[in-house]
Amino acid sequence: MSGTITGALSADRYSFWYGEMQALFDVTLDIAPRAITALIGPSGCGKSTFLRSINRMHDLTPGVRTAGTLRLDGDDVLDRGVDVVQLRQRIGMVFQRWNPFPKSIYDNVAYGPRLNRKPSGDQLDDIVEQALRRAALWDEVKDRLRTSALGLSGGQQQRLCIARALANEPEVLLLDEPCSALDPIATQKVEELLWELKKDLTVLIVTHNLQQAARLSDQTAFFYLGRLVEHGATDQLFTAPREERTESYITGRFG
Amino acid sequence: MSRPPRRSIRGRRARSAVMVGLTVVASILATLPLLLILGLLIQKGASSLSWDFFTAMPKPVGETGGGMANAILGTVMLIAIASSIGLPVGIGAGLYLAEHRGTKFAFLVRFLSDVLNGLPSIVVGIFAWQFLVRPVKHFSALAGGIALAAMMIPLVTRTTEEMIRLVPASLREAALALGYPRWRTSLTIVLRTALPGIVTGALVAVARIAGETAPLLFTAFGNQFWSTSVNEPISALPIQIFTYAISPYDEWHSLAWAGALVLLALVLVISLVARFATRSRFRGGHD
Repeated sequence: MSGTITGALSADRYSFWYGEMQALFDVTLDIAPRAITALIGPSGCGKSTFLRSINRMHDLTPGVRTAGTLRLDGDDVLDRGVDVVQLRQRIGMVFQRWNPFPKSIYDNVAYGPRLNRKPSGDQLDDIVEQALRRAALWDEVKDRLRTSALGLSGGQQQRLCIARALANEPEVLLLDEPCSALDPIATQKVEELLWELKKDLTVLIVTHNLQQAARLSDQTAFFYLGRLVEHGATDQLFTAPREERTESYITGRFG
Repeated sequence: MSRPPRRSIRGRRARSAVMVGLTVVASILATLPLLLILGLLIQKGASSLSWDFFTAMPKPVGETGGGMANAILGTVMLIAIASSIGLPVGIGAGLYLAEHRGTKFAFLVRFLSDVLNGLPSIVVGIFAWQFLVRPVKHFSALAGGIALAAMMIPLVTRTTEEMIRLVPASLREAALALGYPRWRTSLTIVLRTALPGIVTGALVAVARIAGETAPLLFTAFGNQFWSTSVNEPISALPIQIFTYAISPYDEWHSLAWAGALVLLALVLVISLVARFATRSRFRGGHD
């Protein structure tokens, strides 16, 4: 990859309400491009809400309100004028529960590019192969691209979902607890894959698994009760946290 | 803790065996009517089934032979008319109910289609007669098709809604997260995923209306002649069976039995297609 580095995210005093309930309070956070940032914190602390704000997945939820700004490479993500469809092509998302479409492996990966880039048949073949290679799945599925995606194992399905997101060539990849339903070996594969991917894109991962955050991420952000408590280099946050609440959480005293 | 006495275990097992036995008997009783009807129809009707039955016209009283070609065509036409109205309306309404499930309007539509579903078919027939036959002063295939469509719509609406609700929200989210607009997500993912179920529901509805007689008595009316016009009265298998069955002639009685056998076979075939042909290639596997 060449050119300017893209995929820098920054939140400035970002707040979020579900109806009357405020879920995020004045979150200010700069997320480094081409690095892995882990969002940690107990359930209900707002980390998933924050993640889903970045690609505006809340748009269809009634009664949602926000304040402050969220920027991707300087563009205000929350601006009404932003084309959500285009935004979501720049920001890929992978969910906790793998959710391939009940289509073939090929059609799953081709789904995004077919709409967004309208490639020719050969180009599409290349895009699909590239995406599957980047998701470290190509060798396992290259002989069965036309078979159902639902015939793959759980770990393979999750990597297929990553490939599907990568086929749009996003600048940012959001992952909402992508490994919580995977066994350790499948988890390790996904982690190795994310380690490779951060060379060309920004990876933001919500995880409940503190070991995973510690071994995988470059930066870690700790959320508690809707507030960003601490954010910094992962090594420093796990070995010498500045905040007492962070230390309590990572040593397992609550959460 | 002391172990429970052996006898009580034996008693429990015996009670379990009795209950399982009762449900097996109930299952057999549930399928018995169909098997008996099928056996009777084959016994009484199979001998009158011939090539002529499907290709020849009914003969006047006193002449032997003849078939139900016009009634078979009539049934096909009525199903076509009913489906071309009932399927788009039913599927569209089902999609609306599933995507806007919480609104007052959806609640009202759901309730009314349940009522319509439970309406006796003779009432639908009288209604269609009042509004579609009386004003134009003649019976017609169109009126019969519309009456059948009215029976079909609530069935298709509710099965479509149920099938769409079964599509996991996570699939919808996945498509939205890839940058698909909401309407394209509904069309390419939600409707496509639910499609096998919707097709099954549609075929079940078709099978259901194929044998309806009451709504046709005052609308399509029946016709002894070959007719392909939607503006003319038209025959249908159930009407023809009814006419022949209440006639005093033995030959017509056996034709009625044969007609009933054909009708049952038609419904069976549609149900089988609904079960097997629409199975999604991409279902199954893990999870």
